[in-house]
Amino acid sequence: MINRHGQPTNGPNSAQDHVLPSIRLRGVQKNFGPVRAVRGIDLTVDAGDVVAFLGPNGAGKTTTIDMILGLARPNAGNVEVYGMPPADAVSRGLVTAVMQTGGLLRDLTVAETVRLVSTLFADTRPIDEVPSRAGIADIANRRVGKCSGGQQQRLRFALALLPDPELLILDEPTTGMDVEGRREFWSAIREDTERGRTVLFATHYLEEADAYADRIVLLSRGRIVADGTAAQVKALAAGRTVRATLTGPETASLRTVPGADSIEVRGDTILVHATDSDDVARYLLNHTAARDLEITARNLEDAFLALTADEAANADASTSPARCSQRDPSGQTASTVTVGEGKR
Amino acid sequence: MTTMIVPVRRIPPLGGFNLTFLALEIRRLLRNSRTVIFTLVLPVVFFLIFGAHQSYSSERAGSGNVEAFIMISMAVYGAMLGTTATGAMVSVERAQGWSRQLRLTPLKPVAYIVIKVLTATLVGLASIAAVYLAGAITGAHMPVSVWVETALIAWIGSLVFAAFGLFMGYLLPSENVMQILGPVLALLAFLGGLFIPLDVLGEPFRTLARFTPMYGLNQLVHAPLMHDALSFGAVINVVLWAAVFIAGAAWRFRRDTARV
Repeated sequence: MINRHGQPTNGPNSAQDHVLPSIRLRGVQKNFGPVRAVRGIDLTVDAGDVVAFLGPNGAGKTTTIDMILGLARPNAGNVEVYGMPPADAVSRGLVTAVMQTGGLLRDLTVAETVRLVSTLFADTRPIDEVPSRAGIADIANRRVGKCSGGQQQRLRFALALLPDPELLILDEPTTGMDVEGRREFWSAIREDTERGRTVLFATHYLEEADAYADRIVLLSRGRIVADGTAAQVKALAAGRTVRATLTGPETASLRTVPGADSIEVRGDTILVHATDSDDVARYLLNHTAARDLEITARNLEDAFLALTADEAANADASTSPARCSQRDPSGQTASTVTVGEGKR
Repeated sequence: MTTMIVPVRRIPPLGGFNLTFLALEIRRLLRNSRTVIFTLVLPVVFFLIFGAHQSYSSERAGSGNVEAFIMISMAVYGAMLGTTATGAMVSVERAQGWSRQLRLTPLKPVAYIVIKVLTATLVGLASIAAVYLAGAITGAHMPVSVWVETALIAWIGSLVFAAFGLFMGYLLPSENVMQILGPVLALLAFLGGLFIPLDVLGEPFRTLARFTPMYGLNQLVHAPLMHDALSFGAVINVVLWAAVFIAGAAWRFRRDTARV
């Protein structure tokens, strides 16, 4: 058992009776003056998960991360990291982070920076080990100010690895890196996550989330709008929307449109989201009285919009993977976003 | 999901304070050539120009000579520059996001301030030592006990300006705070009587000077040499300005750590 201060009550490395999540956010809100940056987030991240916060700029990713790290205090709700207040988890080296920019002193060398930060923790990995794991062993004596953006980012990564944290948080870690730097950085991260560390990273690149996360949490305007595996979220973003005008009782029979992932009815208009829009169009034109047919591609941005725009419009509630759900503004699961399986 | 095991995690003692950190802070300061010039070179140069080998240098002043008097003034000036510059480093660190990075470590903000103050202590001492060494070589003369007493007063008094530097470092969101503070300190040193005797100033200026932050320390630090009685006004001056700077630094520091 672990008491609320994180001190094991019966010796080192004792497991708990129940599973303690790495992160637990309950009804978390954060305002900056009139700006509601985070409008009620509930999220549980289990140990060993690699989770991506995906969303456009201003979605609330960084603000949420700041609250998980204790850099910001929520206006409402509750944040726990390994069952403790974030600051406690930070001071025990349970959680570390690689921030977007800054955070390094230009007049220290790489090795000095690692040494300095290592002295601040009670226990750390050997200070020779982390630079090589982060791929900066060869520039140990270089001044931080003379390092490239990618090298500085790997230094931040090395610093984050020092206390061997249970949870590593990366806030848009590859912003401003070129393709090569990005690939190198992620391969270092991937190597690390294979050791079972819990990782939460924010990104606005779908590819990054797809390639490195087990689970993607879609954020938009301060809310979680979808939460599921990469495949599920990609399916939300992939595919096309077939829009048609269709009146009368026929809408009821539309549950059986072949190839449809979800169907929305708005008055006389129906919106069918599908990966195979050809099948849907063919069916609508051949077997129903649908007219004014329009097919549009959906990108991630559309998916965000679709997921946030119309809380009233109910998607057709068909089968759905458990965690991939759409939320209404009150933060409750309102309607299921139907995501087919095996769509990749 | 693997079984959740949280290994024992310790919190570092002393809020993260340690001597390696202190040593690296000093190394950073020494790497900054501007700081070195202003705190170690400039006061010595001023002393050599205005204090040593002048016609008045060997004239009597209290229980020593005028050169010793000027040496003390320059040592105080250098120490104040050094402690202010050390405190003001927080502005650079905030601008570079270092303070934020430190908040992702177990380092307690108070331990960080202690490191800064200790660094300032050592910088102030180095500055005083440099000027006193130059004085000893070039013929400053006073009793041994006065060397020790004045050095101690200069050293402890200059720490007030570490608080001033911290206050300004938190207040001014600039990477080059010392570019602003350097001239300010020079003006304060002038008004405090470190550069010229205040007697040469007109009465309004002399009155104004009494209320400036370096005036009190300047009076106190020369007292052992001049055998002046302990001036109540000077003590009040030092205590009040120390209170203002420490309160200001604490206020901005609290705001900074409660920020975001």
